[in-house]
Amino acid sequence: MNMVADPREHLVVIGNGMAGMRTVEELLKLDNGQRFRITVFGAEPHVNYNRIMLSSVLAGDKNVDDIVINSREWYDENDITLITGDAVTRIDRGDCTVTSGGGVTVRYDRLLIATGSKPVAPPIPGLGLPGVCAFRDVADVDKMLAAAKIHKRAVVIGGGLLGLEAAWGLKQRGMSVALVHLMPTLMERQLDAAAGQMLQRDLDRRGIAFFTDGQTEEIIGTERAEGVQLADGRFVPADLVVLAIGIRPNIDLAKAAQLEVNRGIVVTDDMRTSDPAIFSVGECVEHRGNVFGLVAPIWDQARACAAQLAGDAQALFVSKALATSLKITGVDVFSAGALMAADEGDDEITLRDDSRGLYKKIVLRDGKLVGAVLYGDVADGQWYLQLMRDKEDVSALRERLVFGRAFAEARSSKPAGTDFAAMPDDTQICGCNGVCKGAIVSAIQDKKLTSLSEVRAHTKASASCGQCTGQVEGLLAFAAGVDARAAKKTMCDCTMAGHDEVRAAIVERKLKTMDGLRQAFDWKKPEGCHKCRPALNYYLLCAWPDEYRDDAQSRFVNERVHANIQKDGTYSVIPRMWGGLTTPAELHAIASVAEKFNIPTVKVTGGQRIDLLGVKKDDLPGVWNELGKAGMVSGHAYAKGLRTVKTCVGSEWCRFGTQDSTGLGVKLEKMCWGSWTPHKVKFAVSGCPRNCAEATIKDLGVVCVEAGYDLLVGGNGGIDVRVTDPLVRVATEAEVLEYAGAFMQIYREEAHYLERTAPWIARVGIDYVKKRLVEDAEGRAALHARFLHSQRFAQIDPWTERVMGAQAHEFAALPEMAAG
Amino acid sequence: MMSANWKNIGPVANIPLRGARRLCLKSAGKPVAVFRTGDGEVFALIDECPHKQGPLSEGIVAGKTVTCPLHSWVIGLENGEAVAPDRGTARPLSVRIVEDDIFIHLPELVAGDTV
Ligand code: SRM
Ligand SMILES: Cc1cc2nc3c(=O)[nH]c(=O)nc-3n(C[C@H](O)[C@H](O)[C@H](O)COP(=O)(O)OP(=O)(O)OC[C@H]3O[C@@H](n4cnc5c(N)ncnc54)[C@H](O)[C@@H]3O)c2cc1C
Ligand code: SF4
Ligand code: FES
Repeated sequence: MNMVADPREHLVVIGNGMAGMRTVEELLKLDNGQRFRITVFGAEPHVNYNRIMLSSVLAGDKNVDDIVINSREWYDENDITLITGDAVTRIDRGDCTVTSGGGVTVRYDRLLIATGSKPVAPPIPGLGLPGVCAFRDVADVDKMLAAAKIHKRAVVIGGGLLGLEAAWGLKQRGMSVALVHLMPTLMERQLDAAAGQMLQRDLDRRGIAFFTDGQTEEIIGTERAEGVQLADGRFVPADLVVLAIGIRPNIDLAKAAQLEVNRGIVVTDDMRTSDPAIFSVGECVEHRGNVFGLVAPIWDQARACAAQLAGDAQALFVSKALATSLKITGVDVFSAGALMAADEGDDEITLRDDSRGLYKKIVLRDGKLVGAVLYGDVADGQWYLQLMRDKEDVSALRERLVFGRAFAEARSSKPAGTDFAAMPDDTQICGCNGVCKGAIVSAIQDKKLTSLSEVRAHTKASASCGQCTGQVEGLLAFAAGVDARAAKKTMCDCTMAGHDEVRAAIVERKLKTMDGLRQAFDWKKPEGCHKCRPALNYYLLCAWPDEYRDDAQSRFVNERVHANIQKDGTYSVIPRMWGGLTTPAELHAIASVAEKFNIPTVKVTGGQRIDLLGVKKDDLPGVWNELGKAGMVSGHAYAKGLRTVKTCVGSEWCRFGTQDSTGLGVKLEKMCWGSWTPHKVKFAVSGCPRNCAEATIKDLGVVCVEAGYDLLVGGNGGIDVRVTDPLVRVATEAEVLEYAGAFMQIYREEAHYLERTAPWIARVGIDYVKKRLVEDAEGRAALHARFLHSQRFAQIDPWTERVMGAQAHEFAALPEMAAG
Repeated sequence: MMSANWKNIGPVANIPLRGARRLCLKSAGKPVAVFRTGDGEVFALIDECPHKQGPLSEGIVAGKTVTCPLHSWVIGLENGEAVAPDRGTARPLSVRIVEDDIFIHLPELVAGDTV
């Protein structure tokens, strides 16, 4: 034992839970153990764990070890004395001591009460029977798991967040589950009736039986629980009864110590109780009349409390708008703020699509967003929450707000919800290049930058994936007053002309050469640049497929060399595997070519075919020659053109298949390969709505159904995943092919270069595409015919051409001439 | 006659207009790119982008510049300097055209520089 008295003050924490330990962590960050030595009492026998994740433990997605937050070593390393399995039973404010049930008494200089809450236990007979438990801690979960092993039927009482997660977890564990709820709809405090009903319908489909409007009168049983008797006479048999009807702040100790308590332990903004030496955080507190049941505000309390303990008298807790979500796989629920209009002054806007299981409601008051309830698609939840917290006037977005962020911001002049003035300088804007707000603002100011391309050039912000373009434009507006969005989007810095005017002029004024085009539009640089040249080359090729001669020198290296350049200057080769089908002969050829040319990596791609990586440039024609002998052609894995057509096995083999999805995929690929498009194009065909070929995130997806084929367009994976929009349902393969050709052609003729179908459709709207393809049969046939016409000139295998000697200079180094 | 460090690398027409090729010889262990612009001028640079050694010979040639294929830096062909605000230089090499053949000056040709 160390006999020298520890000079530090003693901080004693009651409650080894989420709030108490977060406060200790924050405190260690601030003063590194300088000011306090720390003792923690925990009633549970465990180290500190993530209570939220008990739902995942119950459902079998995690085990208890996975959810530990701080291990024993952590307590040791930080010199924290941890006493587990021993609850504090008394606080003596006169002596400044606490005493535990196990008889330990310690003196404190500062005390932190973080005792959390207790499950509400209503006065119903039978609560004490074996087989009845709550859902609060590891011990409860252990009881439930033990019951699930030997028993079959569970009843959960309570249709709030906890009850639903308990029901789902038990269902996952193989029990048959009924849920009794007092109110007519589920989660009535977080969801309005419409969303609550959709939730009930979805969970009902997943096999949970609901007894709503059900008041529990008694838990029946002699040895153990046998069932639940409802007041209206219904009886629900059960081997396990889980009570999840609510929580109540755990204030017993504080009350006995005569601290001021109400519903919870009353604290002021500095997290002090009525005794200035005693602090309190977490679910046990009451702050300005509110009690808490979610971790987000508790983290804020912990931060404020730690700062106060460390001596910062300015640190105060401010209660913010909160959001709830439900942790049940595949069920997306979000709610924040008001669930409905409070009176006539409020506005409610709702969007409901029952067949897709989507529901959105927003509540507006005095031009500000005060509530949001989302069901089915919750991607915009955090955005709505931020708008609510910012209390910004959103009247200008009013009619677009309910459609979500992408839609609302796409049409407004500045990204709503971002307050650039308030944003700290070290906020990272561009993740790819690690550029912060401060760096962008000072570049804009110091170098007097006025356009997006200048900011990109000087800072590299938004120069890679482009996802932060909106933010950078916002910063331009903020720092230089330039409205980059309103500024005309020119093709590049060589010209004032935009994509659409150039495309229109090519056709209307019959411009057929790049030089002619550049003269017509007064290009600043006579030869253009690496941005406009590939675009013009494509536009001309698309407009004049039989006349214009492709300019290899205006193509990015991959499309010139017909392979993908790798970071070390070698290339990759991906031959076509029609619809993902291959043969032993093709596989033999791939194997032998890999051996013959010492190709280091052979990989199955995400597009259902095989990639040969690390091929030396001068070996390319040799590799293609061998592949060509086995009948294989270029997979165009490098092209702004048709890449893969993914398929599933479909009705040929699969017990669920409704149509020949593989065969249809092959037909589509044979029709569309070789075409040049504004950006890459991917198709997929699934044999039934299980959608094994992932058709719903492809540029064109086909989902086969008994009645025919659902055509879906405008999806993509990548950074901004976009799910397809339904285009039409057709009955025959012939119609699928006609629609596919027409879709390819309208995209080819109307999208901007480097614009995939997803952003193109987001720009022009699916209704426009439907008008041109679905409502106008003649127009569709004409588009399809134009596509087939252009394919006559495009379907020439580039690899065969090069094996035959085309562009030979590409594949051999420039030789030295013999002297003399 | 020219000194031994001047190498004849054949007719100008071997290089595509607005294009480039990599040379079979290296210069002090580094690959060499030879460019031909739209108006027929010929330039040579060490074939390594000052950014991350991208092969400039695979870039798009426009005017007297080439755009690196890896991350799109634009490099001036006359002096090998990156166009501002990027900074860095791909070392330029001297070339002469004699009766339509290109001669390139490789000052420090060392053993192993033949590819
Ligand atoms: C080889 C492959 C990865 C693999 O080993 O599986 C691959 C490799 C590359 N992908 Fe991919 N993608 C591959 C499947 C995919 C898929 C999956 C699919 O097609 O089902 C996706 C998501 C679906 C989609 O495109 O929407 C995908 C989304 C992307 C994206 C994001 C596109 C977007 O619009 O957001 C890029 C970036 C781009 O194109 O600008 C990209 C870009 C690339 C590039 C071209 C990056 C580059 O510029 O160097 C990679 C070079 C290929 C090469 O061989 O050097 N790759 N890439 C896959 C080739 C499939 C094939 O057989 O042709
Ligand atoms: C199953 C489940 C799922 C949840 N899901 C979410 C969610 O998705 N999102 C969300 O935000 N919140 C969720 N919560 C709520 C969240 O877990 C709580 O808000 C949070 O744990 C509260 O922290 P706390 O420290 O106040 O209480 P606790 O974490 O309960 O900690 C209190 C601790 O004090 C101990 N204690 C009590 N009295 C004494 C005493 N006298 N002596 C010693 N120790 C004592 C208790 O044993 C307990 O360990 C969930 C809760 C549960 C139970
Ligand atoms: S999508 Fe349907 S038909 Fe195709 S493999 Fe999957 S389950 Fe079978
Ligand atoms: S290597 Fe040339 S731009 Fe990066």
